[in-house]
Amino acid sequence: MTAVTEQTGAWLDYFTAQPPAVRWIAELRASAFQRFAKLGFPTTRDEAWRSTNIARIARANFAPARPVAAPDWEKLAPYTSGIRLVFVNGRLVDQTFAPSEGLHAGLLVALQRPAGCADRLTPSEGLGAGLLTDDARPHLDQHAPSNAFTALNTAFLDQGGFIQVARGAVVKPAIHLIYLTVPGPQPVVTHPRTLVVVGAGAQCTLVESYLGTGAYFTNAVTEIVAGEGAVVDHYKIQRESPAAFHVATLQATLGRSANFASCSISLGAALARHDIGATLSEGADASLNGLYIVDGTQHVDHHTTIDHARPHATSRELYKGILDGDASAVFSGKVLVRKDAQKTDSRQTNQNLLLSDSARIDSKPELEIFADDVRCTHGATIGQLDAESLFYLQSRGIGKREARSLLTRAFAQDVVDRIKVPVVKESLEAILLEKLHEHSH
Amino acid sequence: MALLEIKDLHATVAGREILQGIDLTIEAGEVHAIMGPNGSGKSTLAQVLAGRDLYQVTGGQVLFEGHDLLSLSPEDRSRTGVFLGFQYPVEIPGVSNMYFLKAALNTVRKSRGLAELDAMDFLQLVREKMKFMEIDQSLLNRPVNTGFSGGEKKRNEIFQMAVLEPKLAILDETDSGLDIDALRIVANGVNALRGPQRSLIVITHYQRLLDYIVPDFVHVLARGKLVKSGGKELARELEASGYAGLGIEDTEPLEIRV
Repeated sequence: MTAVTEQTGAWLDYFTAQPPAVRWIAELRASAFQRFAKLGFPTTRDEAWRSTNIARIARANFAPARPVAAPDWEKLAPYTSGIRLVFVNGRLVDQTFAPSEGLHAGLLVALQRPAGCADRLTPSEGLGAGLLTDDARPHLDQHAPSNAFTALNTAFLDQGGFIQVARGAVVKPAIHLIYLTVPGPQPVVTHPRTLVVVGAGAQCTLVESYLGTGAYFTNAVTEIVAGEGAVVDHYKIQRESPAAFHVATLQATLGRSANFASCSISLGAALARHDIGATLSEGADASLNGLYIVDGTQHVDHHTTIDHARPHATSRELYKGILDGDASAVFSGKVLVRKDAQKTDSRQTNQNLLLSDSARIDSKPELEIFADDVRCTHGATIGQLDAESLFYLQSRGIGKREARSLLTRAFAQDVVDRIKVPVVKESLEAILLEKLHEHSH
Repeated sequence: MALLEIKDLHATVAGREILQGIDLTIEAGEVHAIMGPNGSGKSTLAQVLAGRDLYQVTGGQVLFEGHDLLSLSPEDRSRTGVFLGFQYPVEIPGVSNMYFLKAALNTVRKSRGLAELDAMDFLQLVREKMKFMEIDQSLLNRPVNTGFSGGEKKRNEIFQMAVLEPKLAILDETDSGLDIDALRIVANGVNALRGPQRSLIVITHYQRLLDYIVPDFVHVLARGKLVKSGGKELARELEASGYAGLGIEDTEPLEIRV
């Protein structure tokens, strides 16, 4: 396959040039690269990529990102505090930990000889026992679905965030993972990798932030494993640079009666694709929410897959989009209810606000139901700002621009209201205030 | 100089002429009631005065304190002192009533050269008015009109009027859908705001409201024109004989609600 060879050519060079990894990771990398070479990048002929053309990623030559002096990332992500791991160009550059019992936060280190960074964080930094990369072995790459992008991520596995919460532990402060990309003169790629293993009955909150400057490609994979009765809140804030490409997979595997909530805020990047999946055991509860705001020629795509594998599980989805200019968005929500998954309760909502005539939204629910005693609903709306509401506000002296901004923010409010980390919510409200003022012409 | 002068006002919606030459002069402090059957153009007149762009003014003139009102945006009309109490107050989920009202008050204050109020000062200012309109503080924290009962919505309109202190308030069927207790609260609120510097246009289908808000003048609107004007006794006359007594019948609904 010529096309695939062309595509993999540069990737192969970079792949072979990687520093050697510990053995089991080297094997993981090698088989992943083979998988990638076999699959090649998807095209719009693939159903899952019908409305998102990634030719610009496939054709480009992205060099591996090199370590740089840490920029002032605190300014870029002011909402992070407490526990955090900061990666710049794929390297851990900073770590802050508030003592929290039962939390093990550390690095996935693929290299044989980690240079500059310990692969465990010591108890003196307020943590419990250190964490070894080998502890990740039973879970790493066991949950994310296999496709060209996840394979590529695994093939280039180097440093990543590894969070483990002990059985029954309740970690109160949010755990922030910040992935910042600062390319040099040439476009670069990073492959952020996050693995979160939450023990039975444990509880934690994760906030992933993606930021950067200039032209680059972020190819992220996050795997979350929630044990029986665990409660995991996950937030992702995508504020990549306007010239960036962002492709990310988030996969959660939920144990019996586990509770998982995901909130995907997608604001940046020229093209952003979010694959978000959850597999539910008996009685599990998954709530996937999202807010995407795009303008200019931005494109954003959310593909969700909820796999009701066992009975009595509940899933809720609320995705809201605000589109302006010539921007385009895709929402595809797949809900699979397997034969055994009786008493499944699933609800999916996708609402879109179009602020211009040339913005485009492609919304597609996809229900596959093999059980007969279930409740599954879905609904999608596409609309404009309500003229009567606008007039009502104006009739009270509020200027048209301000009124438009107010109504646009109001549209996003119910997603924002679901954010339970105050500092994240407040910062996001400030970001939206600024961003949506630009749109209210 | 009159506060409001409407001269031969014509307006259309979707190409149909709803207002067919309205003439009306209102002096400061006066209360005018406009009555009329369904479809006569009452709400259209209210919306045209407030600046709803759904309606096209095709002729005539409206002067507010001697200045052309029709060339102003809805927000500028509000800032100069025109207030419309909506027949159907709009529900706006996601915007708190408090945020909305504070933003409204501050833009109006700014245009009057007054300092903007912060949250504390604002609360202090509205507390008394809330009490008078029997509005609970919890209503302030809820989204604008969202999930409000009919009575709560109408009280909220008059409450907004009390906060914004307009020179001219146009109350569009503020009585519709209210039980007698709610009507009394609303009317008390309106009466408390009457004064030499505030004029009212009270639009209603029924005479009942005018027992509580006693007008100085009553006008009958039919087929887009004021066909009869008089004192408050005209309302009672209408109550006794009905619009049919004036040779007026309910027209096919000409008004388009969006």
